[in-house]
Amino acid sequence: MSSIGTGYDLSASTFSPDGRVFQVEYAMKAVENSSTAIGIRCKDGVVFGVEKLVLSKLYEEGSNKRIFNIDRHVGMAVAGLLADARSLSEVAREEASNFRSNYGHDIPLKHLADRVAMYVHAYTLYSAVRPFGCSFILGSYDEDDGPQLYMVDPSGISYGYWGCAIGKAKQAAKTEIEKLQMKDMTCRELVKEVAKIIYIVHDEVKDKAFELELSWVGEVTKGKHELVPKDIKEEAEKYAKDSLEEEDDSDEDNM
Amino acid sequence: MDRHSTNSKVNGVSTGTTILAVKFNGGVIIGSDSRASIGGSFVSSKVINKLIQVHDRIFCCIAGSLADAQAITKMAKFQLSLHSIQMESPPLVKAAASILKELCYNNKEELQAGFITAGWDRKKGPQVYTVSLGGMLLSQPFTIGGSGSTYIYGYVDAKYKPDMSREECLQFATNALSLAIGRDNVSGGVVHLVVITEDGVEHVVVPGDKLPRFHDE
Repeated sequence: MSSIGTGYDLSASTFSPDGRVFQVEYAMKAVENSSTAIGIRCKDGVVFGVEKLVLSKLYEEGSNKRIFNIDRHVGMAVAGLLADARSLSEVAREEASNFRSNYGHDIPLKHLADRVAMYVHAYTLYSAVRPFGCSFILGSYDEDDGPQLYMVDPSGISYGYWGCAIGKAKQAAKTEIEKLQMKDMTCRELVKEVAKIIYIVHDEVKDKAFELELSWVGEVTKGKHELVPKDIKEEAEKYAKDSLEEEDDSDEDNM
Repeated sequence: MDRHSTNSKVNGVSTGTTILAVKFNGGVIIGSDSRASIGGSFVSSKVINKLIQVHDRIFCCIAGSLADAQAITKMAKFQLSLHSIQMESPPLVKAAASILKELCYNNKEELQAGFITAGWDRKKGPQVYTVSLGGMLLSQPFTIGGSGSTYIYGYVDAKYKPDMSREECLQFATNALSLAIGRDNVSGGVVHLVVITEDGVEHVVVPGDKLPRFHDE
């Protein structure tokens, strides 16, 4: 899995002979070391789910959040170096706030994603700085434009999605997401499926304890991005755990 | 230097003027007179255009110092054009009004110009905003401004109805401007009207001799 840069990987201002910028690729590897975050867009909103690994029993519950509020109507879920992600969330907040100050209305998500992506890209041009070691998923809901979902990676590109996953189990998560018919689902149905996917991709052997972070924005929250309420979250986690047990049971029968 | 003086004390060329904008069913009409004066006793132009197009479906009309107003609208036009290209869609009327407001508010010490912004956008349809001298932004169903507006507050308050037809609204705007021109010495010339709807923009000019006459004329 290791690709040797041999001298062309010392700074982001150097291309390799086969046209790659290794520093940016290494930044993307940093994202792959982090635990998984997913975002899915349904017909009336967007739901985020993050597998937050708990490294110590002494941690306070709910600390080191990986889902941020960027503006009233925009949420951001991150994977990768958390400190880099926090700094970018501040950048995104300033962009959204300046836009509102200048133009008098909520920032459209595509524009916010483009602006933050441009910022991330700027750090891939110079040897004096290193690229950001995080990817993030932005989601919003607006009455006229509906739900929107964008992902930005360390190279500074942004893509629009119906469903996306970042972090160590992103391939497995993507497979699960592709099975869903998200365009026909509502947020309430989707919350349970997102919880289930996080539970499925969580590796019990390598990573022990984890906390599930769930947030949503949509018609159900009247366009405000917020963490999923406790009772709905508990119901979703129960659904996720029960689904896993069912699969375990059916595996045992086959043996 | 007292910067909060009335229009008649403004230095240089000013638009002692009458301007208005009215929402109707399906669009807005924005209108003005065409006189520019110096010091209230010399008409420096009989036919200036006070209706500036800042985007395809958004116009604004200017009151106060003509120089300040032209500088502000030029800047606003540029910012709005860039914003619209970045958004990949026509700008909201609210965005245009906000841009003007930011310019007026942040430079309130140096500037002396107020605006009425009106237009049509896909999100909220026809809208009218007023941006005052100091940078206040307000959305209204209709609004009047300029020195001549003081003479027609009674008329517009009595005669305005929401959801007028295009013809009713044209008549309302023409009457209001004629009455103001009739009483305000620094408003006059022709009546410029622009009708803005989803389908496009139509410029109507009513020359002085075709203006409606009232009982004493």
